[in-house]
Amino acid sequence: MHIIQRRAALKLGLSAAALTAFGASAQTPIQAAAVPEPNLPIESGATLRMLRPVRFVQPDEEVFRANAAKFTQKTGVQVRIDFVGWEDITQQTAVTANTGAGPDMIIGFGDAPHIYVDKLVELTDVADYLGKRYGGWLALAQRYGKKHASSSWIGLPFGATAGPTIYRKSAVTAAGFDRVPDDHAAYLDLCKKLKAANKPAGFALGNAVGDGNGFANWLVWSHGGYLVDEEGKVAINSKETLNALNYLKELYPTFLPGTLSWGDISNNRAYAASECWMTANGVSLYFSVKNDPATAAIAADSEHQLLPKGILSESPMSGLTLNAMLFKHSRYPNASKAFLQFMLEREQYDPWLNANLGYWAHPLANYDASAVWTSDPKVALFKDTMRSTFYNGYKGPLSEATGAATADYVMVQMCAAVASGQSTPEAAAREAERRARRYFRR
Amino acid sequence: MSATTAPAWTKPQQQANWLVRLFDWKPFLAFACLLPAAGLLLVFLTYPLGLGIWLAFTDTTIGRSGYWVGLENFQYLLEDPLWWNAVFYSVFYTGIATIGKFALGLWLALLLNNHLPFKSLLRAIILLPWIVPTVLSAIAFWWIYDPQFSIISFLLVDKLGILDNYIDFLGSAWPARFSLIAANIWRGIPFVAISLLAGLQTISPSLYEAALLDGSTGWQRFRYITFPMLMPILAIVMTFSIIFTFTDFQLVYAITRGGPVNSTHLLATLAFQRGIPGGQLGEGAAIAVSMIPFLVFATLFSYYGLARRKWQQGEGND
Repeated sequence: MHIIQRRAALKLGLSAAALTAFGASAQTPIQAAAVPEPNLPIESGATLRMLRPVRFVQPDEEVFRANAAKFTQKTGVQVRIDFVGWEDITQQTAVTANTGAGPDMIIGFGDAPHIYVDKLVELTDVADYLGKRYGGWLALAQRYGKKHASSSWIGLPFGATAGPTIYRKSAVTAAGFDRVPDDHAAYLDLCKKLKAANKPAGFALGNAVGDGNGFANWLVWSHGGYLVDEEGKVAINSKETLNALNYLKELYPTFLPGTLSWGDISNNRAYAASECWMTANGVSLYFSVKNDPATAAIAADSEHQLLPKGILSESPMSGLTLNAMLFKHSRYPNASKAFLQFMLEREQYDPWLNANLGYWAHPLANYDASAVWTSDPKVALFKDTMRSTFYNGYKGPLSEATGAATADYVMVQMCAAVASGQSTPEAAAREAERRARRYFRR
Repeated sequence: MSATTAPAWTKPQQQANWLVRLFDWKPFLAFACLLPAAGLLLVFLTYPLGLGIWLAFTDTTIGRSGYWVGLENFQYLLEDPLWWNAVFYSVFYTGIATIGKFALGLWLALLLNNHLPFKSLLRAIILLPWIVPTVLSAIAFWWIYDPQFSIISFLLVDKLGILDNYIDFLGSAWPARFSLIAANIWRGIPFVAISLLAGLQTISPSLYEAALLDGSTGWQRFRYITFPMLMPILAIVMTFSIIFTFTDFQLVYAITRGGPVNSTHLLATLAFQRGIPGGQLGEGAAIAVSMIPFLVFATLFSYYGLARRKWQQGEGND
């Protein structure tokens, strides 16, 4: 009797411990391990300023601001958040890093912390805590968050968006395919048939940060090429790249006209106007057509699929990553770290993830369980975005140079030069090599 | 009359204090009065210019201060086809746009110089393209030139049926170059027109009356009165216009961002692209510095070529 009681009590105690440890709380299905928080005494009188890229979906901004307000309520630290256009964030980060003045924190894109590494505060304590608490950081998050070949974190990834293929089911079916094929020959065949049916595909070949680099990277990677090798030596002028560019020469004529001047938003507009029937984009495109009654039929007819694998076994698709960094010039580094950590805790992060409807995919494994990934079957694909092992600058170490080469559109312009007929594939690859060498010379 | 013998009156020697004497000393006074202006110029002009030139000789990147590399940046640029391409387009852009702006601007000024109903209102409206922030008009042109949603394509293809396909304004090199020049001309005309209009109104009507009595034709009056009398202001306006056009940035950056495939990069946009997004501050500065010889040449040309006529300086016939 006694024994049984003690066992029961033990069980009760255990389950109580489990509850606190893996608290399956009512609001969120996200598991979290009980890990001691890093000790971050908030400086008195701290106020914070953060820059982040502008929202694509309205609730993103609302929930992000609400979360920041919760932080203010809890700690008394005022947080001012400015939302900056996507193409300006790079320049503003540059100016902030260079002048040592301005916001305490910036959520920039992927490579940014690697470019300004000397100006940043290490975030290893917060990153280790969050990793242990939420089942570990995913591959892409580790790649972008950690300094190369070290375990010190210089960025805290907040999420990534990938640009998989989005296509009109009806058009692809009419062309005789049940899905977008993975091998290059069949893919080209599909694009030709789409063009013949006057329902062409189109991919950005202009200076577009997200879509342009996404397409150029896919083209080269899926043929086995890469910008730099593992040691960071320029390796773009290769047989594989030439294969890719020769393939592009056949593929480009199947696009709708004008893709050479496309920016990031152009394919969204063309797709929504049924001028373009297959492209690659983040989930924003799907939702923008779904939410507009005039184009809801397009959304119903749309499907997402990972980019064709080409000769690889995995779809070569990098995610555009939100990467938060904390500058050394900040007078309140602890408050800043506490804020970043607070925003990535499940009470704040899960609602934000849900608010983004799948546009941003989580960097921490346990957020797989978030409700957003079951909310719309057409969005489920985006859940694994940060499990990708491909990144801008693949497969070298992330550095100042990879960021610069991406920002200077070395790969995009190599492809565009061939597509426009301005250069032969050989000349374009040589030119890309020359430009990349300049960036990677140190 | 006897000469006065009274002793010459002398001013009582008053020893002014040193500060008063200092300020009475002309060289010092001039120096003191120049100081505020010189200080402003030094801080806001000479220092940034000097810093820019210094950066051009280093390999500074964003986030890392650089080392002196001498002429390495310039050597690289000389063998960089993108830089040559930007030089070509900057000169081409400036040349064509300036010709366009002055031809149309002068024409507009001559029209506005006539007596028209609602004269002041018309002149105010003419200024609009110049007043609107460049980026706003650039975005408007970006839409006008959009490959899928251009109003021009819409009118020509869907409404009038003159063309079969949409015009791809920005998709290939030459159409993109001319599209940008057209946008620049549209934006620059008001400045030229209003400045030249001011010049036209200073020309004395009696000259025209005299010419009319001599039986001159309209073309002769323009050629032998209007044009020469307009020359001084034309030279100044052209100098400014060339400088503004050559260093243009916003229109190109907002509409094409230098694309397609770098064919519309001006030196200014290329310098920014390399320096800020690309992070190579040294190289960006070198590109910016490489604009200086062109600007100096253009300024000297329009100043000496157009303005230094003897008669303008009151030295008799030309």
